[in-house]
Amino acid sequence: MSALPWQEHLIVLPVLLPLVAGAALIPVNQKHHNIKLGLAAAVNVLLLILAVTLMALVDGGHWPKAIGVYLAANWAAPFGIALMVDRLAALMLVLTATIALAVLVFSARRWDRVGVHFHSLFLFLLMGLNGAFLTNDLFNLFVFFEVMLAASYGLLLHGYNLNRIRAGMQYIAVNLIASLLFLIGVALIYAASGTLNIPDLAKRVSMLRPEDAYLLQIGASVLALAFLTKAAMWPLGFWLPGTYSSACPPVAAMLVVMTKVGVYAVLRVWLAVFGDAAGPLAGFGFAALTAGGMATIVFGAIGLLSSQEGARMAGYGAVVSSGTLLAVIGLSGGSVLAAGLYYLVSATLAMSAFMLLLELTERIRPPGASLLAVTMEAFAIDDKPEDPVGVVIPGALAFLGLSFVTCALVISGMPPLSGFIAKFSLIHALLETPAPGRPGVTPTVWVLIALLIIAGLASIIALMRLGVRTFWASGASTPPSLLASEAAPVTALVVLCAVLTVLAGNVFEYMERTADGLKRVDDYGERVLGHSPVVRVPIPEGAR
Amino acid sequence: MEIVFAIAVGVTFGSGIWLILRPRTFQLITGLLLMSYAVNLFIFGMGRLWVDRPPITPQTPVDPSQFADPLPQGLVLTAIVIGFATTALYLVMMIGARGLTGSDHVDGEEPRE
Repeated sequence: MSALPWQEHLIVLPVLLPLVAGAALIPVNQKHHNIKLGLAAAVNVLLLILAVTLMALVDGGHWPKAIGVYLAANWAAPFGIALMVDRLAALMLVLTATIALAVLVFSARRWDRVGVHFHSLFLFLLMGLNGAFLTNDLFNLFVFFEVMLAASYGLLLHGYNLNRIRAGMQYIAVNLIASLLFLIGVALIYAASGTLNIPDLAKRVSMLRPEDAYLLQIGASVLALAFLTKAAMWPLGFWLPGTYSSACPPVAAMLVVMTKVGVYAVLRVWLAVFGDAAGPLAGFGFAALTAGGMATIVFGAIGLLSSQEGARMAGYGAVVSSGTLLAVIGLSGGSVLAAGLYYLVSATLAMSAFMLLLELTERIRPPGASLLAVTMEAFAIDDKPEDPVGVVIPGALAFLGLSFVTCALVISGMPPLSGFIAKFSLIHALLETPAPGRPGVTPTVWVLIALLIIAGLASIIALMRLGVRTFWASGASTPPSLLASEAAPVTALVVLCAVLTVLAGNVFEYMERTADGLKRVDDYGERVLGHSPVVRVPIPEGAR
Repeated sequence: MEIVFAIAVGVTFGSGIWLILRPRTFQLITGLLLMSYAVNLFIFGMGRLWVDRPPITPQTPVDPSQFADPLPQGLVLTAIVIGFATTALYLVMMIGARGLTGSDHVDGEEPRE
């Protein structure tokens, strides 16, 4: 047995660790709540450390071409499943782990007790997410999508009530159909090209016979339907606002990350397979992505203006950010992609913080409390908000107001926070890009810029209205009681947005390296397909 | 054989689509099942249709055109298992919804006349 260096094994750990821990937590009785919470939190911290380590290794030049490869079960690349970590995957891992940790701390107060097996489902969700980011094989991507979805079904229904069941029925049905489309797409791509490994596919795509290329285009389009359903592109995203507003807040915050998985999958597959190296198929579908993304922005902006409750508003906010990202991927030339990635990180952080914050601001307004009381009664939790266990932070109302303003500024892209930098650099990059084959600034780009600004305006109007109603017009005389364990995660996410602003230069450099790496498709082929399995040293005869 | 296979997949999938557009959960789940059967057959067919060819190659160098493609068969197996599990999950959810809402309409309430 010749061993791999320990760094190589880190690539598979973000998948294995939550799987093992989640499974280990299932037999633990619900009464030993602290054990469950403790283990889940420990795993989460480990995952964050792992993700940061992987990012440092990838960016620090530990692997050639900044791509780490792990051959699962030691099978060579196009035949077995290769896990791969590059800058984009590492970025998504860090983002997921950060938000997951915040969500877990937030849910420790009571949300993880309104149903059974919260922590196991949560860890399985993380496993699915991490796997989807790390895998390099289309069918394996399907498997991890299903793991993630199955866990999300459970989490969405967590704290069973009528609202959640109604939303869950639609959410599950839509996603089951999307999964079927995913399978059809994968099958067609396999029929056309004979491979499911993404770099291998990228290599073969330029050499396909015309009739096979046609089949591949159909397959990729069907596959895109499945991805875009997850990413909530108009007109596939009608399930999203209803689902978000009925899920319990920690779960809704995780759903924000799940929307980004659809965007990630499109980014990964499209840039690799239909990039500049694809010969006659180069650029297939990019215009459709831009158009769809812009339609999504319009849909989201109208939805934002028309919704009354906060959670629904946040759902439409997520739709807007998905639309922006898809439109940007469609136009991915020059530094637009780097700005898009920065926008992705900033928007996801702010949106998750906002989801968590909403539950806290709901306490100022009585109507939300009644619904909660029913759930808690059903699960026989004696929880009195009046005498909470733990540290109650002073100045709750000031804290809520400040966090709300920060989230609103980032989501709508107003100065001085990271949302503004993201939007400004997007518009700047859109106007600057001197892409070959694209003469100057096209009308599409002007429309997109206009839409970005209009969407920002719509969100600031909607959020301001919500803020006024919540903080000024609620007539609340007693400020809500907040625990440190609830305030800290929101603060952490908000502070991270501020850190993104302060360190914008460094972050942007990283994003530019990421976008640059994504465009060098040959590197992926070279690293993944050229990665040789570990050679076993035969065991000597005498030792058997 | 191809035409029979194609018609079978098409008719099954088409029936599934019709059923998932119906308003009752039982029809919905039957439709989903039919669609997943059709998709499984479809994946299987994507390895091309062969008769009397073994899928596993022996060690000696062989002519690959004499053997069926084993990969789609492996994919189908995985897809069947996953489809089965998620459908079972949905069934549980449907029972829960039926119990809580007292209606088997997909919206959780009977349409108002």
